[in-house]
Amino acid sequence: MNIVVCVKYVPDAQSDRSFKADNTTDREAVDGLLSELDEYAVEAALALNEAGDGGEVTVLTMGPEDAADAIKKGLQMGADKGVHVLDDAIAGSDAVASSLVLAEAIKKLGEIDLVITGLASTDAAMSVVPAMLAERLGLPQVTFASELTVEGGTARIRRDGDTASETIEASLPAVVSVTDQINEPRYPSFKGIMAAKKKPVETWGLGDLGVDASQVGLDAAWTKVESVEQRPPRSKGEVVTDEGEGGKALAEFLASRKFV
Amino acid sequence: MAEVLVLVDHVDGTVRKTTAELLTAAARLGEPSAVFVGTGFETAKDALAQYGAAKVYRVEDPAVTDHLVAPTAEVLAQLVGQASPAAVLLPSSAEGKEIAARLAIKTESGLVTDATDVQPGEGGGVKTVQSVFAGSYTVTTSVTKGSPIVTVKPNSIPVQEAAGAAADESVTVALSDLATAAKIVDRKEKAASGRPQLTEAAIVVSGGRGTGGDFGPVEQFADSLGAAVGASRAAVDAGWYPHSSQVGQTGVQVSPQLYVAAGISGAIQHRAGMQTSKTIVAVNKDPEAPIFELVDFGVVGDLFQVLPQATTEVQARKG
Repeated sequence: MNIVVCVKYVPDAQSDRSFKADNTTDREAVDGLLSELDEYAVEAALALNEAGDGGEVTVLTMGPEDAADAIKKGLQMGADKGVHVLDDAIAGSDAVASSLVLAEAIKKLGEIDLVITGLASTDAAMSVVPAMLAERLGLPQVTFASELTVEGGTARIRRDGDTASETIEASLPAVVSVTDQINEPRYPSFKGIMAAKKKPVETWGLGDLGVDASQVGLDAAWTKVESVEQRPPRSKGEVVTDEGEGGKALAEFLASRKFV
Repeated sequence: MAEVLVLVDHVDGTVRKTTAELLTAAARLGEPSAVFVGTGFETAKDALAQYGAAKVYRVEDPAVTDHLVAPTAEVLAQLVGQASPAAVLLPSSAEGKEIAARLAIKTESGLVTDATDVQPGEGGGVKTVQSVFAGSYTVTTSVTKGSPIVTVKPNSIPVQEAAGAAADESVTVALSDLATAAKIVDRKEKAASGRPQLTEAAIVVSGGRGTGGDFGPVEQFADSLGAAVGASRAAVDAGWYPHSSQVGQTGVQVSPQLYVAAGISGAIQHRAGMQTSKTIVAVNKDPEAPIFELVDFGVVGDLFQVLPQATTEVQARKG
C-alpha cells in the first residue's frame, strides 16, 4: 500500500518548554525531536507493508529547517521517502492551517491508500488534525486505533473509549490515527541509519501546493492567543516520613481539607 | 439573546456531569440549547432542564450514532447554519474534540480544545483559558471567527442549576455519504466498576510501579473516599491495570478536587495528566521522587502500610 505518515517535530517534553514574544511555541530555544507518539504511526505503516504486499511509506512533515530531523528518524526506522513542507509563511500556523497544508501535500502525493498519524502531538496535544484531514480530504476517519488491520480494501480498528470499546470499519483510502497501545516502535538499526542517508527527501513550498501565504501562519489563525503566563511552580507542601503513623497523618490532612 | 449549542454527553439518556458543566458555561454566553443525539431523550430531559437548557435539539436517526464522529459534526453544522449560535460547547473527550475539529473546518469557525474556563469575550466572541505544557503555562485565547467552538475539560466549571424549559425540537438530518463512511460494527460496553468515571470524579486515587501489581490497597482507599481509581503508565504497561485507567499524556487527563498518587514517581508524562488537580497528595517510598515537588501533602513510606491505615482512619471518621 502507499501510506503517508504525518509526523511532527516538537520541543523535547523533558526540557523547559516556553513561548516566544508573539505567544507561539518557542521551537528554537530547546532541542526538538520526532514527537514520540508519531513513532507508533511510522511503525504501524511499516508493519502493514511488511505483512502485506509491500508498497511505499512516505513520511510527511511541515515546519522549520530542523523539522527535517523528524523525517530523518522516520527514514531510519524504514520509511521509503520524505516530504518536508518548508516555507517561512507557515510559522505560527494553528491546527486549521496545518491541516490545510498537510491535506494539500497529501493530494499532491497522488494515489494513496492510507494516511496514518499519531494520537496527538506532544506539544499542542489537541488531537484534532487527523479529523480535520479526513474532513478536508473527504476520506473516512478511523481514529484512535489501538489495533489496526487492513484486509480486502477495508481498514478495521479497535477504538477504546472510556465507556466502551468499539470496532470500526471503513473502505480505503482512509485517515487513521494510532495510539501508543498499537505496537512497540522499532529502534533504527545501523543498517537503517546508513540506508536513510540515500533515501529521497523532497522539499516543497506553499507555492508547490497551491496554498496562498495568507491562508496560513499566525495572522491567518482563527483564534488569537491573548496571553501566556508561566504558572508559579506548585509550592511544596508538608512531607512527612512514615514511622508508623503516616496513614493517620494522611487521613488527618484529608479531613482538614474536608475530603473526609 | 443568541443561542449557545451544547453537545450532550450521555449513555442511553443518562446525562454525564460534563453536560451540566457545559450548560452552566453556556449560560454565561447566551441561551443554552442542548443537542441530544441518540436514544434516551425522555430520561435526559429533566437533567437538561435542571441545568438551564431552554431548548433541546433531538436527533434520533440511528445512522448518526452508528458511525464515527462525522455524522454528529454534520448535525451540528446544520444547526450552526440554522441558529447562528454565539458558541458551540463540547466535552473534551476524544469524540468531542474530533467532532469539534470537523465542525471548525465545515463552519470556518475558530476552535479551542481542553479549555478550563470559558467567558464572553470583551469585544464579542468568547475568551478561553487553557493549561499547557504539563500545566506549566496558562494560555488565554480569544475566538471571534465564525461560531466559536470550544471543548471544555471535565471538572473545570462549577455547576449551577438553572431552570430551563428544555423545549423539544426534533431535528431531521440528511447525512452525506462521507458522514457514514466509517461504521461502528461492534460495541462492547465496559463493565461498570461501581466507582465514579475517572474523568469526572471529584477524587482520584492512582497506583503506579510501587504497587508491584497489587492494587488492593489503592482500590480500598479509593472506595473509602468514594474515588475513581487511576494508574500510571508503568502500571498499565506492566498489565496490572487497564489502559482506560491510565492517567497521563497518552491516557486520561484528570482535574479532580483531590488526586492521590500512590507508588508513582511523577514523570512528566504522568504530570501532564494530573497537574491541574486542585489538591495533590502522594505516598512513595522514595523521598527523592519528583511527585513530592507537587504535593500539598506527602508521606514518605510504604503504600502497603500507609494506605490501609489511612483507609481505616477515613472509615472511622466517617463513622
